[in-house]
Amino acid sequence: MAGMNVRGDFPFMKRKLVYLDSAATAQKPKKFIDSVKNYYENNNSNVHRGVYNLAEETTGLYESAREKVAKFIGANGKEIVFVRNATEAINIVAKSWGAKNIRKGDIILLTQMEHHSNIVPWQMLAKAKGAKLVYVPITKEGELDRKEFSRLIAKKPKLFAFTHVSNVLGTVNPAKELIDEAHKNGVTVLVDACQSVPHMKVDVKNLGADFLVFSGHKLYASFVGVLYAKRELLENMEPVFGGGEMIKEVTFSGASWNDVPYKFEAGTPNIEGAISLGVAIDYLNKIGMAKIAANEKKLIDYCYSELKKNPLVTIYGPKKRAGVISFNFGDMHAHDVSSVLDEQGVCVRSGHHCAQPLMSVLNIPACARVSVGIYTTKNDIDEFLIALNKAKVVFRL
Amino acid sequence: MSEMYQEIILDYYRHPRNKGVLPHPDIVSHDVNTSCGDEVTMHVLIKDGKVGNIRFSGKGCAISQASSSMLTEYVLGMNVEEVAKLSKDDILKLISIPISCVRLKCALLGLKVLKLGVIQYLGKTVKAEDEI
Repeated sequence: MAGMNVRGDFPFMKRKLVYLDSAATAQKPKKFIDSVKNYYENNNSNVHRGVYNLAEETTGLYESAREKVAKFIGANGKEIVFVRNATEAINIVAKSWGAKNIRKGDIILLTQMEHHSNIVPWQMLAKAKGAKLVYVPITKEGELDRKEFSRLIAKKPKLFAFTHVSNVLGTVNPAKELIDEAHKNGVTVLVDACQSVPHMKVDVKNLGADFLVFSGHKLYASFVGVLYAKRELLENMEPVFGGGEMIKEVTFSGASWNDVPYKFEAGTPNIEGAISLGVAIDYLNKIGMAKIAANEKKLIDYCYSELKKNPLVTIYGPKKRAGVISFNFGDMHAHDVSSVLDEQGVCVRSGHHCAQPLMSVLNIPACARVSVGIYTTKNDIDEFLIALNKAKVVFRL
Repeated sequence: MSEMYQEIILDYYRHPRNKGVLPHPDIVSHDVNTSCGDEVTMHVLIKDGKVGNIRFSGKGCAISQASSSMLTEYVLGMNVEEVAKLSKDDILKLISIPISCVRLKCALLGLKVLKLGVIQYLGKTVKAEDEI
């Protein structure tokens, strides 16, 4: 396992921690950090406002970041909306597209493996509209039950919203096949790509997604979110937030909306966040997403097979997976696992991972989770495995 | 290392005392730690102004469950007014293990639930100084 040899690009690695929580948020490359610093030292001004040179320059940087994001996922710049985070992106779709298109008695189809951010906005919408939420079940192996999916999608729900990669199970859902089948039934599709975009090449045109959301901070960049929507959908959606930037003209009696995507970006956006997301994308493109995916697969496969050898470990989800491995250890609660690992400098997430409904399907209160990023090495996995063995001693297992 | 997980904590975690529910409790109180999902429910029977019987139920880490169990033993027979006045330090003394600040919420969950229940039982409003 040669690895990526990129650790030197990440100043955080000087802390000598074994950081295995990239699925929660990824560490940042120096190029990204420098670009944030450079922004405040040399480019700080508001966008789409001033006509002086500096403001033009900053607007140019902000808009070229939008183009970079668009190109990265195979979209057009007009289809990219910068938002606060992926959760906000889903909420915008629910509050705008949902409010217009979901009616009493309609079905919104989700899956059992969704993050709270792809459940709660739909629950709120369903409650307001008198619509019904239906969840595609998962199999024993932790994969989407395709037979049930086919049965449920044939009922022609108004929307199917699903996660591309489960943040708990690591399951990689066959997004293209699911979307094709949904479209054959006339169903609009939203993809939560938070856990796929950092780990593999995602192309919205190839997938055919109507909406796709992801977050910058899991992509080695800033705390910004990205909402992708097909242009014709965006054109027909009402803005959710009103204010500056999203308008064309305002009078005392009313206002008209700006063009897409600006009508969804009310107020001053996270300018340096968007610009530096573009820089992080440049960095990732230089390495190549295919290479990143191949390296992470090796690490995940290695970690999975080592954990499988340990009779005290219960792993959740299928063998074929991306990015994460969630598990429980003996009769230890996941927080205790995480605490003992923490004492040895190993950072893993524990808890319900914002997926309480999935925890109830798995019939567990919580689990611990290892997740990898481009800087993760085999040594990190080995350190984690050694630390886990110490947990066995601490808990007299 | 791992001084938090002393034998006594593991013992209470694996063999919780007073775990369960009471048939006709005077107090039923429940709360969760939203950040981690630990949850505790306390059932209390009051007799002559004192804790006549008490059970806890819940799920969560060794620290939250063991400290809740130890607390039930500690307050049995105690005057409810006194229970309402129990503090963070009382719990830390009771469990007598070094608790890191991230795990403090786990250790205090049982007390938080019990105090809220008792304060409501006494018909008092929860004041800022009651918060732990």
